[in-house]
Amino acid sequence: MPVAKSVGARIKRREDPRLIQGLATYVDDLQLPGMCYVAFVRSPHAHAKIQSIDTSAASALDGVVSVVTGADVNPDVGGVPCAATDFPNVQVPEHPVLAEDKVRFVGEPLAAVVAVDRYVAQDAVDLVEVDYDPLEAVSDAEAALEPGSVKLYDHFDSNQAFTWDLEGGDVDAGLKEADRVISQRFIHQRLAPNPIEPRGVAADFNAGDEQLTLWSSTQIPHILRTQVALMIGLNENRVRVIAPEVGGGFGCKLNVYAEEAVLGHLAKKLERPVKWMESRRENFLHTIHGRDQLGDVEIGMKNDGTITTLKYNVVADVGSYFQLLTPAIPTLTGLMLCGCYQIRNVSMHLRAAFTNKMSTDAYRGAGRPEATYIVERIVDCVADELGLDPLEVRRKNFIVKDSFPYETGTGLSYDSGDYTIALDKALKNADYEGLRKKQAELRDEGRYLGIGLSTYAEICGMGPSAAMPAGGWESGTVRVDPTGKVTVLTGIKPHGQGQETTFAQLIADGLGVDVDDVKIVHGDTDSVQYGTGTFGSRGTAVGGTAMIMAMEKVKKKVKKFAAHMLEANIDDIELEDDRYVVKGNPERGVSLADVSGHAHRGIDMPEDTEPGLAESHFFEPSNFTYPFGTHIAVVEVDKDTGEVDIQRYVAVDDVGNIINPMIVEGQIHGGIVQGLGQALYEEVIYDESGQVLTGTFMDYTMPKAHFFPRFELDNTVTPTPVNPMGVKGVGEAGTIGSTPAIVNAVIDALKPFGVRHIDMPLRPEKLWRLMNGGESS
Amino acid sequence: MIPGTFDYHAPKTLKKAVSLLNEHEDAKILAGGHSLIPLMKLRFAAPAVVIDIGRVSGISRIRISDGHIQIGALTTHHTIGSNARLRRVCPVLPETANEIGDLQVRNRGTLGGSVVHADPAADWPAAMMALRASFEVAGPSGTREVSASDFFVDMMTTTIGDGEILSQIRIPEPPAGSGSAYAKMHQSASGFAITGVAAQLTLDESGNVSAAGVGVTGVAPIAYTASAVEDALVGKAPDEGAIAAAAALAADGVQDANEDHHASGEYRMHLATVLASRALASAAERAKS
Repeated sequence: MPVAKSVGARIKRREDPRLIQGLATYVDDLQLPGMCYVAFVRSPHAHAKIQSIDTSAASALDGVVSVVTGADVNPDVGGVPCAATDFPNVQVPEHPVLAEDKVRFVGEPLAAVVAVDRYVAQDAVDLVEVDYDPLEAVSDAEAALEPGSVKLYDHFDSNQAFTWDLEGGDVDAGLKEADRVISQRFIHQRLAPNPIEPRGVAADFNAGDEQLTLWSSTQIPHILRTQVALMIGLNENRVRVIAPEVGGGFGCKLNVYAEEAVLGHLAKKLERPVKWMESRRENFLHTIHGRDQLGDVEIGMKNDGTITTLKYNVVADVGSYFQLLTPAIPTLTGLMLCGCYQIRNVSMHLRAAFTNKMSTDAYRGAGRPEATYIVERIVDCVADELGLDPLEVRRKNFIVKDSFPYETGTGLSYDSGDYTIALDKALKNADYEGLRKKQAELRDEGRYLGIGLSTYAEICGMGPSAAMPAGGWESGTVRVDPTGKVTVLTGIKPHGQGQETTFAQLIADGLGVDVDDVKIVHGDTDSVQYGTGTFGSRGTAVGGTAMIMAMEKVKKKVKKFAAHMLEANIDDIELEDDRYVVKGNPERGVSLADVSGHAHRGIDMPEDTEPGLAESHFFEPSNFTYPFGTHIAVVEVDKDTGEVDIQRYVAVDDVGNIINPMIVEGQIHGGIVQGLGQALYEEVIYDESGQVLTGTFMDYTMPKAHFFPRFELDNTVTPTPVNPMGVKGVGEAGTIGSTPAIVNAVIDALKPFGVRHIDMPLRPEKLWRLMNGGESS
Repeated sequence: MIPGTFDYHAPKTLKKAVSLLNEHEDAKILAGGHSLIPLMKLRFAAPAVVIDIGRVSGISRIRISDGHIQIGALTTHHTIGSNARLRRVCPVLPETANEIGDLQVRNRGTLGGSVVHADPAADWPAAMMALRASFEVAGPSGTREVSASDFFVDMMTTTIGDGEILSQIRIPEPPAGSGSAYAKMHQSASGFAITGVAAQLTLDESGNVSAAGVGVTGVAPIAYTASAVEDALVGKAPDEGAIAAAAALAADGVQDANEDHHASGEYRMHLATVLASRALASAAERAKS
């Protein structure tokens, strides 16, 4: 890395002025001449046979252009794809874009209406008459796996979607070696990702050019292009996907949805532009959900707190169909089960169940919050069992600093880490000793303070292609214009992560230009070379590296030109501020604009050099990266009401080198809130008949700013050797670290009541019951 | 929002609003819109006619005179919450207002709209019961006055007839030596009350309770007056012990307590006692000062 000016600075996000001023363009802002609007007919039943669909009244309504059902569309449109089906005992369901014979969850689309405006489209939806034959539904994953359960797929043996096993070391030997063994059931409730902008798709087919343009609020424009082209039968180069401003994704837009293909198909068939904007209600019903695992952990320990074995026997509720990555998500739980501890004997036995619910898939953290929650809760359970301070159990089992790269029991190779320094800093910032003293004092007064720790490690920078369902590399192009301004084309798709700022900071320092002279282009498959997208905390660690490698190629050529122009040796050219100068002779120099102008003129060229100044790089990471940190939550629980008052939240995160501290803090802030949302508030509830009880914000609690105190953030810096910038990724760290911190704190507060575990979300009533003689879960 | 088709009227007088309401079948009154619009958005409600009373004059003022606090039905929560005189004279009103929703909701939502909607978890009905409010209702043949205890009939149902509009809310001005307060537990998603208790106490010269009003919302299908609590306090000094003993009766007689995934009936009834105790303690404190 060059000596940095921009890198490390708290530069305000360059994205924000357009967002704040309402100048950003989202899918819903798009208006094309003759545009029609699409609305979907969705199943009100969790499980039903479709006897017949009568579209005549809807078709007859003034302003309706077309009404299509599965029978009309499915012959021409392939099913919704899944990129991760290579699993033991897998049963892969057909997943038509519009349900034809049977519906399997509330909200499943079965017909689409195209009309001249959204009102007419919605009126017509109400006129489509569907004759359903309702069937018994199964919404509980364990019940779905029982012999004799109602089956979602008649031709499958059972509702078991697949199985997966992981074993490192020898778990049974670990159990024998243990002084004590405890077991605990953990439930990771189902969550709705709920980005502020729901999904939306617009499509326009130009018959003259045989070109389909598809606008979608997506995290993966290139993968979407490939998949939609295959689904609707167009050559991939005839499909252009544009992901305009995307108002958050959290993983739920890392997917290929039925609506994307249906809109593409309708635009082509009708030769009219069409648009569909998801309502919040549709978002609750038919955008992927996250988490939803329940499992039993058996844990062996020595009397000194050493963990000898960890066995996880889990059922994952995958919902009704496979979306893009559905089966892969719980496997990430297995890989990260050891957290930051030296647990040599570890196993996970996973059974996935089909249920009459929306599919689960990647939601911020994607499988790792489950792992971190389990292992961080377990460490506290071990401390509770042995009467030790949870802090000491952590120190006892930490992977030690000088053992990196560290091979985990689950087969991963942790890149770098120093878990003790983050823990020590957090303890100091929180005044852990003082808090414990205060806790003891308050308990004497009948007040219940709780202190919760989470010392997490997580897997980021996804990832080596061999370990990824759909490729893990990333691409970048760096172009210098004749006037010396720089354009970057990146294969990632930022949607809140701030790379229009951080990437510009990297380029500014690397090439010697002003941050404002760098433009970052993303999200248009016709402008940007093929890329993978934004997910798995990979944007900067992988996408940024691709850009840096391309920039280094450009820089090498710039130096070649500078040497030629200055009549110096290339090895003597160095970048000083914004000029390429001759070493020891700084008045002899040229700017990037001088060089670029020369390179684009194409005469008086250095030997064996092409004109122009643009380079690309496709970066394949050699490993994942593993950020870590310590979060400490301090809560007081009201014995009379069970309400949790979060008094302090102290976090020390180590995400490697930091390009823009303000953006990193923003990511951590949002992440913590999302993790606390799971711990305290959020839950998608399906009742026994498969109806959604939490389909609006009146019933599903989104965490709000006033629920939380000011977070006290700090960091340590342990760079990764996996990429030249030493950055690890920060998109998911807060979410992964925070959930167990708050749960541990609440359980710590309730320790005088003999409570060892409470399932999330920690609703006040649950806590009140436990504090007043009720059952511990 | 993609509602069904409807006709829209925006009358400027109450009389015109009432006559429009009586001219049309399947008409709904739109005030702040915070109950009706979400229902129309989900197409759970699809009225043929919407009568927007937002421009009707004379029903959005707060007046304190002749021993009464009179609040126009169209007065927003924010207007009540930020009224300095009410804060002195009857603090439970601004306190309740400021516990409702968020800033945007308080800027649009109205007192009248809330009580007419009669959501079992709405905040206002608790204060209406505690303060012995009465409601002036305008209909085609003139106005009538209904007491709060007669007004709420069942969940989402009041005595207001199809052709009537709530115009004014009248509350007896609390005598000297009074104090009032509202204590609430929020439902975390909606911000409505899981349970809310409004209390007003009036103390005589010796410091004993001469009058008590306690209203409870969120627990039962409609808000109710906790008469047992009131009776237990009258004639006593409102000390910790007396308040605790009285508050313990806050859910007495509740038969079918509300229940959902946020809170069981048993818990709501328990919260009524805790929150009654808190509201009464603040009310007593204020009455003394």
